[in-house]
Amino acid sequence: MSEENILSVKNLTVAFGGHSVLSDVSFEVKKGDIFVIIGPNGAGKSVLFRALLGLIPYQGEIKWRENARIGYVPQRFNISYDFPLTVEEFLQLAPPKNTQEALFKVLKFVGFERDEHHIERHILNRRIGLLSSGELQRILIASAILDKPDVLLFDEPTSGVDIGSEEGIYKRLKKLNQEENFTLLLISHDLSVTHKWATKVLCLNSKAVCSGEPHKAITPDILTELYGKEKAFYKHNHEASAPEN
Amino acid sequence: MNFQLQFQNFFLSQNMDQQFLISLTVGVAVGAASGFLGAFMILKRMALVGDALTHVALPGIGLALIFGVNPFIGAFAVLFLAMLLVWKLEQRTDLPVEALVGIFFAASLAIGILLIPKLELYEALFGDISAANLLDGVFALIIAGIIFAVMAKISDKILTGIISEDLAVSSGINVFRLNFVFLLLVVAIVALGVKVIGTLLMGGLLIVPAATARNISQSFRQFGLWSAVFGVLSAGIGIFSAKLFSIPPGPTVILVGAVFFLISLALKRR
Repeated sequence: MSEENILSVKNLTVAFGGHSVLSDVSFEVKKGDIFVIIGPNGAGKSVLFRALLGLIPYQGEIKWRENARIGYVPQRFNISYDFPLTVEEFLQLAPPKNTQEALFKVLKFVGFERDEHHIERHILNRRIGLLSSGELQRILIASAILDKPDVLLFDEPTSGVDIGSEEGIYKRLKKLNQEENFTLLLISHDLSVTHKWATKVLCLNSKAVCSGEPHKAITPDILTELYGKEKAFYKHNHEASAPEN
Repeated sequence: MNFQLQFQNFFLSQNMDQQFLISLTVGVAVGAASGFLGAFMILKRMALVGDALTHVALPGIGLALIFGVNPFIGAFAVLFLAMLLVWKLEQRTDLPVEALVGIFFAASLAIGILLIPKLELYEALFGDISAANLLDGVFALIIAGIIFAVMAKISDKILTGIISEDLAVSSGINVFRLNFVFLLLVVAIVALGVKVIGTLLMGGLLIVPAATARNISQSFRQFGLWSAVFGVLSAGIGIFSAKLFSIPPGPTVILVGAVFFLISLALKRR
């Protein structure tokens, strides 16, 4: 693995019951990349994350840079409404114990911007099962960031986070990425997110269909291959509105 | 009047009753530890597995009686083997675990009933705390102490694993090993608790206090604390009332626990 790579994947294959979900996927992620993985439903995006995290068996090679700290924000997180655990207790689960200031800071970072009294009363002391799915998503990000990871694996939810706060989160993650040379691996269902924030993209449809810088890698042909004709047309429109950077 | 007299007599005669104090100590230690462990079992959705597991103590006690060793050791040994089975089954998602556990443990209950001589069967099934001696008391305190000490170290990790196994594994927690340690603690308290309330009802002492605590808890800190407190109150009040009214302690402990549960349910609905 070259010096600046934080992750290198070679010929990754994952199969469940004889059916291969990922076949022969290879890519590299450099430190500081915002690496976005796109692809249709069932393309193996979440499976790729689970393999990268060592949660499922795979063939091929996955090499993380030595001592890389990896944070993970799962897409689904099922917890019943009466699960007896407050947000503060959840955020304090992984050692070392964080100070109250650190908690307020990270909660502000993920977009809880009211005063500390309000945050303590309505967020920290709230049962985690009572959060809305958007709030829960932000708490999961906060929890991953508290651990000061070098890399964050973020499996974006398909629904639940309202667009306004989602935009805010990406802005802040981008800032963290620039300030601390932090690497972000993101599974996105939203092509506009990819165009706006990605430095690298991987198009996945059980095998790697494209990879590289988004404006070069994502061509209309690739999009048709990934999603069929409809989405390719959508993307064309999007390009006309000139993505900012 | 009659009741008052009975109550006074009780205190006069039992005030210095060392035997009763030992029973109470064993009961309270077992109640606290099993209540606390039960909190995690409820969250891990293993209430039924826990209940079935306790039944395995019976053939263990039977074998211990046949070979003339301490029933705790017999119960612990057989429970340990059953625990290995549960532990292995937990990782296999392609097996109908519930049915397997149900069949295996019902069979072991049947074997236990056949192994244990009739005279001792009642005690094995429903416990007999009044037979506890000083050594039992000290032993119960030590085991409960170890359980709380180990749990203080691993409870955050267990909780992470319960919330999301993916999150736990990806943050470097060995969920497999952790489950082993946790089940080992459960086995220890079950082997100990069988003496207090017997194999049939021990599952109740694991689950009822925690189920009660869940109804009134907003945070995990409250949940763990109240689970242990309800374990202590069920065992303490149960053993005390059993002595007072000369009824068997095992069922009394569980019924006291059930009354607390009903009260907590009413509080939750309000």
